[in-house]
Amino acid sequence: MTTLAPKPVLKNDLIRLTLADAKEGLAKKSFSSVELTQAYLDAMAEHRHLNAYILETPELALTRAEESDKKLAQGSGGALEGLPIAIKDLFCSAGTQTTAGSHILKGFTPTYESTVSHNLKTAGAVSLGKTNLDEFAMGSANITSYYGNVINPWKRADGKDLTPGGSSGGSAAAVAAGLAIAATGTDTGGSIRQPAAFSGIVGIKPTYGRCSRWGIVAFASSLDQAGPMTRDVRDAALLLKVMAGHDPKDSTSAPREVPDFEKALTQGVKGLRVGIPKEYRLPGMPDDIVKLWEKGAKWLQEAGAEIIDISLPHTKYSLPVYYVLAPAEASSNLARYDGVRYGLRVPGGTLDELYENTRSDGFGDEVQRRILIGTYVLSAGYYDAYYLKAQRVRTLITQDFQKAFEKVDVILTPTTPSAAFALDEKPTDPVVMYLNDVLTVSANLAGLPGLSVPAGLSSEGLPLGLQLLGPAFDESVLFRVGKVIEDAAAFKSFLER
Amino acid sequence: MDNRYIYEGASGPWELVIGLEVHAQIISNSKLFSGAATEFGAEPNTQVSLVDAAMPGMLPVINEVCIEQAIKTGLGINAEINLHSVFDRKNYFYADLPQGYQISQYLQPIVGQGHLDVELEDGSVRRIGITRLHLEQDAGKSIHDQHPQKSYIDLNRSGVALMEIVSEPDIRSAEEASAYVHKLRSIVRCLETCDGNMDQGSMRVDVNVSVRKAGAPFGTRAEIKNVNSIKFLAQAIHYEADRQISILEEGGEVQQETRLFDAARGTTRPMRSKEHAHDYRYFPDPDLPPLVIDKAWVEAIRKSMPELPDAKKARLMKDYELTAYDASVLVRETETAAYFEEALKSLKPSNTKSAKLLANWLIGEVFGALNREDKTLSESPVSATHLAGLVNQIQDGVISGKIAKEVFSLMWETGKDASSLIEEHGLKQVSDDGPILVVIDKILAAHSDKVVEYQSGKDKLFGFFVGQVMKEMAGKANPDLVNKLLKEKLK
Repeated sequence: MTTLAPKPVLKNDLIRLTLADAKEGLAKKSFSSVELTQAYLDAMAEHRHLNAYILETPELALTRAEESDKKLAQGSGGALEGLPIAIKDLFCSAGTQTTAGSHILKGFTPTYESTVSHNLKTAGAVSLGKTNLDEFAMGSANITSYYGNVINPWKRADGKDLTPGGSSGGSAAAVAAGLAIAATGTDTGGSIRQPAAFSGIVGIKPTYGRCSRWGIVAFASSLDQAGPMTRDVRDAALLLKVMAGHDPKDSTSAPREVPDFEKALTQGVKGLRVGIPKEYRLPGMPDDIVKLWEKGAKWLQEAGAEIIDISLPHTKYSLPVYYVLAPAEASSNLARYDGVRYGLRVPGGTLDELYENTRSDGFGDEVQRRILIGTYVLSAGYYDAYYLKAQRVRTLITQDFQKAFEKVDVILTPTTPSAAFALDEKPTDPVVMYLNDVLTVSANLAGLPGLSVPAGLSSEGLPLGLQLLGPAFDESVLFRVGKVIEDAAAFKSFLER
Repeated sequence: MDNRYIYEGASGPWELVIGLEVHAQIISNSKLFSGAATEFGAEPNTQVSLVDAAMPGMLPVINEVCIEQAIKTGLGINAEINLHSVFDRKNYFYADLPQGYQISQYLQPIVGQGHLDVELEDGSVRRIGITRLHLEQDAGKSIHDQHPQKSYIDLNRSGVALMEIVSEPDIRSAEEASAYVHKLRSIVRCLETCDGNMDQGSMRVDVNVSVRKAGAPFGTRAEIKNVNSIKFLAQAIHYEADRQISILEEGGEVQQETRLFDAARGTTRPMRSKEHAHDYRYFPDPDLPPLVIDKAWVEAIRKSMPELPDAKKARLMKDYELTAYDASVLVRETETAAYFEEALKSLKPSNTKSAKLLANWLIGEVFGALNREDKTLSESPVSATHLAGLVNQIQDGVISGKIAKEVFSLMWETGKDASSLIEEHGLKQVSDDGPILVVIDKILAAHSDKVVEYQSGKDKLFGFFVGQVMKEMAGKANPDLVNKLLKEKLK
């Protein structure tokens, strides 16, 4: 992709570098971290209309960049020393306002740093600020944020403002538009992969348990995973290596070694078996998506992989199961936002009134809808029919994948059933909006890793992604295959156009 | 104490059916799912971690010490340990419940069925079934009396580890209920898994009470909360039994409800319905994987357990021929058993006779004096060694049992040992023939008429002569010797 320009590097070239290239540039002293950071801060200031950030932290970023430059001058520093990234505003940052895109966390400044962002900062990454997101990560278009919707830097011929996808829409728009070299996201049902696909960038949801959830505002505990959103596959491998790792503070974090994902990038796909699940060919799926999918399979075949048709028979239940389980967990996880200890408090004459007033004002419609759904499915008399049934189907979905991975090494699907839609075309029926996740939720339910790679353009000239799903704790195979698709697709990012 | 099985109503006998839920706070340095400390009586909100305050993104991590304590307690109540158990969320809103849910164990508790054998005063033993023991978090504390409009919240207790121990509805009287709680408390104290201090709230009892006619199905029960001493437990049960029987005998129906015990009035009153109208929406906590316990660990814990009250009781009965009731009283509190065993070491000679005597003195005199002065055994002015010393003096014939009571009173007042007090107050028993014979001669001479009556067959008068001699000698004469010499003289 982008190569390092010869010295002197122009400012607007700096924001076009990949993370790996910028790392090399810093090491070679082609530019300083302060210069790199300032270039991003300038770009952020120029593109505020995209509303990618809820909070920019320029002073903090420059202070950190200066410290990084000192370390780099001494030849020391971590794996991401001096590289300016953005943090989704669902990760708690010590001393910096954290909102989860919700009014209910008004004025909340954590005293603690999430494990994932701590890992990044310890490795030397410079945080530019906190990116916008759907409220409590509930949404697929970044339109439920209390801080307003995010605008995709990509445009259609009609010039309408498009959604960058959600819930990690701010992170996706920032990386795509050159407002951060890379960003963190979280993915509960597709919230990294879908916005990555809509914005023409790379996003990976790692295996459940690969990244610690400690310090990330919880949406649905059994589904949430943090992951990187980057310009290319290599950057995702670099970033995930730093973000991941066992954390004793998260009981669901996996006590496993994190492999060197970068190694996988050069391994190719020769001899790999790639599964094409027939159930992912949805009725009415647009032609351009079907064609891109076929093209992806062809690229891999040409690179030496074997293409195998497979079946994941319970796929059709994934979305309904997800929309029972995720709200159930959310209804309980969000009970702590009660106006008693932190965040918004809207007083009332009684304790119950305090709760009602605070939660009515503090939560937006989509969050309230999901709390109500979740409360309903856990209620006495409905629990067996909804929650328990959904858990059973979840097991069947997981078993589908286990069986499939006896036959194949990786699964290839489209990431989304459509390209980015215009903000004024957003569906009014919430269920139609939920369909955005139809191809991504299964990976969350089964706890499996999923990678979205930009692979082509829609008929309207908008980016489309291909999704790779792998066996648990085999992110390496995704990077291996993802790199081959990336090279074959030669996709031009927004910044390269 | 009322009859064990029968409660008299106007319409005839009723049977009480009681089940107990005991919440026992686990002894551990930190809370069930956070590293915060658990000390009682600390300044409000000083023992609160980010997890306990339910800050965003905080996650629970199980404290292994608490699991070990639960297993230990499970073994102590003769229960099966479930090697696979699950933590659930019990959802409800309250200001002192920061997460908006309590982490508990609902369908799959760590400890399954067990039982306790409880001894009653009449010497009989009743086996009370235990349904389960599960781990759960405590809530914080709401303080409503500091401000006219506002309530204050203290989160020190939030997240503290509790064991909830649920009995079967096998209990049939207040006495059995008290004995059950006593027994449970002695076990957790012996195992050092809970300090059992009901007044500090580290052991709390919820009582389920219903009444029925003999042989009838279970009646509707009321659950009584806020019972914080064993004395109140009995009071609450008596009050509740009377209340329910009156309702039923007047043709009414008992409501299934939660009631609060009012210690000041000795009555129970219904909680406001809002306080318990919850649908808890239990579901497995997705932040915590199922708890899987290694069988070898359970066996290692079993091997490391101290001698439990039942085993100790059996040993005392076998080695010292103590009655079942005496032995059970001695092992009820770890402190009492330790005191008794300490005293045994100083007994000379140490045999079944002296041990029994020691047990009688401990249960009768020492406990009597403690009760009168509302003291605990650790505050007793008479140490274990000193009590053994007193028994030794009786055994050696230095003092009589009667004088011993006087010596005991002096020991209680002064904290001195028996032999020095006997010396100091000249209480030594006279066991020489000479001085006793002098007194006998004097008494017989003074009562020559009675001597004639005795010798003509009025045997009862013998006691009169013994009494007169003892009185003359201020109780210090060896009673056996007085008997023997008098018999010879009156032949």
